[in-house]
Amino acid sequence: MTATGIGAPVRRKEDFRFITGQGRYTDDINQPGQTYAVFVRSPHAHAAIKSIDATAAKASPGVLAVLTGDDLAADKVGGLICGWMIHNKDGSPMRAGGHPALAQGKVRYVGDHVAVVIAETYAQARDAAEMVVVDYTVLPAVVDMVKATQKGAATVHDVAPDNVVYDWHLGDKASTDAAFARAKHVTKLDIVNNRLVPNPMEPRAAIGDYDGGTEAFTLYTTSQNPHVARLVLSAFIGIAPEHKLRVIAPDVGGGFGSKIFIYAEETVCVWAAKKVGRPVKWVSDRTEAFLCDAHGRDHLTHAELAVDDKGKILAMRVKTKANLGAYLSTFASSVPTYLYAPLLSGQYDIPAIYCEVEGVYTTTAPVDAYRGAGRPEATFVVERLVEVAARQLGQDPAAFRKKNFIRKFPHQTPVIMAYDTGDYSASLEKALDMADYKNFGKRKRDSARAGKLRGIGFSAYIEACGIAPSQAVGSLGAGVGLWESAEVRVNPVGTVEVLTGSHSHGQGHETTFAQLVSDRLGIPIDQVAIVHGDTDKVQFGMGTYGSRSGAVGMSAISKALDKVVAKAKKVAAYALEASDGDIEFKDGRFSVAGTDRSLAFGEVALQAYIAHKFSGQDLEPGLKEGAFYDPTNFTFPSGVHICELEVDPETGTIRIDRWTAVDDFGNIINPMIVEGQVHGGIAQGVGQALFEGAHYDKDGQLVTASYMDYCMPRADDLPSFAVGTTVTPCPSNPLGIKGCGEAGAIAAPPAVINAITDALGHEDVTMPATPQEVWRAVQKAQRVLAAE
Amino acid sequence: MYAFTYSSPKTVRQAASALAKSEDGKLLAGGQTLLPTMKQRLAAPPALVDLSKVEGLAGIELKGRTVVIAAMTTHAAVATSAVVEQAIPGLAALAGMIGDPAVRNRGTIGGSIANNDPAADYPAACLALGATIVTNKRKLPAEQFFTGLFDTALEPGEIVVRVSFPIPGRAAYAKFRNPASRYAIVGVFVAKRGSDVRVAVTGAGASGVFRAPALEEALKKRFSPKSLEGISLPATGLNGDMHASPEYRAHLITVMAKRAVTAAIGK
Repeated sequence: MTATGIGAPVRRKEDFRFITGQGRYTDDINQPGQTYAVFVRSPHAHAAIKSIDATAAKASPGVLAVLTGDDLAADKVGGLICGWMIHNKDGSPMRAGGHPALAQGKVRYVGDHVAVVIAETYAQARDAAEMVVVDYTVLPAVVDMVKATQKGAATVHDVAPDNVVYDWHLGDKASTDAAFARAKHVTKLDIVNNRLVPNPMEPRAAIGDYDGGTEAFTLYTTSQNPHVARLVLSAFIGIAPEHKLRVIAPDVGGGFGSKIFIYAEETVCVWAAKKVGRPVKWVSDRTEAFLCDAHGRDHLTHAELAVDDKGKILAMRVKTKANLGAYLSTFASSVPTYLYAPLLSGQYDIPAIYCEVEGVYTTTAPVDAYRGAGRPEATFVVERLVEVAARQLGQDPAAFRKKNFIRKFPHQTPVIMAYDTGDYSASLEKALDMADYKNFGKRKRDSARAGKLRGIGFSAYIEACGIAPSQAVGSLGAGVGLWESAEVRVNPVGTVEVLTGSHSHGQGHETTFAQLVSDRLGIPIDQVAIVHGDTDKVQFGMGTYGSRSGAVGMSAISKALDKVVAKAKKVAAYALEASDGDIEFKDGRFSVAGTDRSLAFGEVALQAYIAHKFSGQDLEPGLKEGAFYDPTNFTFPSGVHICELEVDPETGTIRIDRWTAVDDFGNIINPMIVEGQVHGGIAQGVGQALFEGAHYDKDGQLVTASYMDYCMPRADDLPSFAVGTTVTPCPSNPLGIKGCGEAGAIAAPPAVINAITDALGHEDVTMPATPQEVWRAVQKAQRVLAAE
Repeated sequence: MYAFTYSSPKTVRQAASALAKSEDGKLLAGGQTLLPTMKQRLAAPPALVDLSKVEGLAGIELKGRTVVIAAMTTHAAVATSAVVEQAIPGLAALAGMIGDPAVRNRGTIGGSIANNDPAADYPAACLALGATIVTNKRKLPAEQFFTGLFDTALEPGEIVVRVSFPIPGRAAYAKFRNPASRYAIVGVFVAKRGSDVRVAVTGAGASGVFRAPALEEALKKRFSPKSLEGISLPATGLNGDMHASPEYRAHLITVMAKRAVTAAIGK
């Protein structure tokens, strides 16, 4: 390991610019002649638009245009798309309603886009937006996803009269039912996976620009995947052909999934730039972010686990209702289906699994991928079921898990996934040791003496990352392949630019990717620049989500580096007057085997560009190579998290006392950055478990539309985390990487709820376990005790 | 934010006259409620009269057995004042629990009580300590000053100048925070002076801050948290929202009162 190579805890190169205010986010960018867009948004959850009167708004000072859905339609701008086709049980396709970027005839959630006002200043646009008079006929809101599919509920989209988007299933129903029929014990649970608002620190923003001379558009946007945004805006929405549309995603301040999607606002900004002949900027305010960023989670599940008389799990049966909101966002359909049910085997050898999922339209904000995307929901189901089963059988929850762990790899689960490698017992043993599990009883007694209820909760999670083999996801309905691209450009002096289709919005790619190059080429990381986020620089890429940038993005870089080294060896052979086969490359030097003749990497790069030592007939000058890497399997990070907490029975307040995380991410490039990802993930997972919950009232108004009511986790809500790792290298990619970005958010919620329910002695606790909810559960526990 | 006119008078008299000139004008103290509300376009006063340059409106003084805090004194100044810490440590602690450091460095006692947010902390202290609110026109006992949600006895053109707190024998504040906003879901200020005990509750009441006679009577018999064991207050007249039902708030009043008494005895 070198000081800046693979495995070194290198400080993040990008942080100096971020923490000194020198980052360049979309809102930091201003174009000459820029105008400002403010959207007129629906105040109703569900209403027909009778008319829009923009007369006063158009006459308001500074206003350039007021545009509506009719203008979009007149310009034949297509609607927003959902890029993953799900089929119903009967084989018919899902029922997806139209998703216009500005409403056409109807609004379907509070915040839905009705019109846009473009003016010289933001204040003028905002003033004029208040003057747009929209005449609505208010329709009944459809808020509760259970009632949504019952008789009498209003219809959100005509294409789905009963509000069912799809009725999907996975697994073998017959063998699952048979296993349940012979099971000695069945554990049943009803589970709420609470709805979350993503809340990246930087709200979304967009600047559309149009150059009349070249007839080309530029869009600056807060995107996790600018190439996918360009593809969708070109091929589906029809703004402009790809070679006439440049998408730039500069510094982006967090995404957590919410910036994967192609939204109405950027679509309108880039289209409107041509309409008004001026650049158009929109920056979301925090209220808009609450109302309109795609929300996460929101499942209702009934789950059952069948166990035999020896404590061996026989089968799992899961029935889930997933709230997809008012429109299908870009990848919404895949999250509660193929990103969910295939994870239901967890770390366990479960012979039969059957899962049914009903996707439901409601008059709420669209719901799509949020850190973990389907996998946290699956892990919550599995880890709550397993914990409760162990308790009901009177078995130690750690021992019960261990008994049911998968031990042989590769392992084919009954729900698609073929796990490649892992050592689940190793993570559990290490976590039990780090958490000092054996002395938990003593700590519980100490807490009891102080009037507190102490509980411990486990979460042995698995996730499918490194998304994903293109053929595999294509067969499951994905509209795109999920490979990644890379280009390694070596400059004549030996400095290196890596162009990647991955996009960094907090992950530290500028550091970790440079570490890979440093390790391979033997050059310091300050001689490596990572270029991303601009479709004019990077040819194509699939972006960053699903913990894929290490396993897939870096594997593409690794492939390109292999080609660079192979080419450089040829150059070195000419320069050193030796044959290719005799050239060795080690620690940044090319040498002739068995001699002291050698050249540094930079010297060989120069030789490649001056091309004095070889003829153009024998070798092309230059040193630049590209690669596309398509993974052959998902990766399967796994681990065990243990949460230990105290409940104050008087108030219902929770204090997390200890957190132990032992994760197997395969090989690790930068342990400091990985630990940071684990910390952030746990904080987000604890946020879901204890604090966060998007709540709509019966009329479809978002009650939690600000930080006054939507509670984010804060530093003083969390203990210092004890973080450890075990390593089983991933066999399916050249670097042995599994991915770490979502692990904490996946692992944490069941660990917290298992700890609370352990403390209280009953299972009736719903996320978010706010003080009021826990106090209610304490009252119930006391009633149960009194009755006994 | 909508456009408004701004003035920055140097005396209370000038401020009163500037305020009188604009029908819906507002005084700007620390601005920690008013400015966010204006930014959200939920308030649109045509004129702001900034009190920050008015002379003599900030500062803390000990006058005999009374702590006098001028209206524009920030929460941070109260929280860190040696005078307050010595005389009424529970009041210094309360100021230190308001909002976050940014809010405490801008927000003022006068602004807080004039706004009378039902979840604000100071009203409980004023009521329990028997404070007197001094305006440019008169002196009002706290009992008469706080009249309802976001409502006070202040008349048009009337400006809070200072608040006088008689020094109690023992006093403390215990607050149960809204997990999101960290405002008080229930805040209980307990003060004992001689044989008199006052318990004032903020955050919980549907009509703002109120006293809890049942708890006061119990504590007058014996000033101990044990005196409050088993007292359950009725939920009627209490706020309910997604964070806390009236029943939960009722329960928390007793719990927080016990904790305040414990803290008061501990000092």
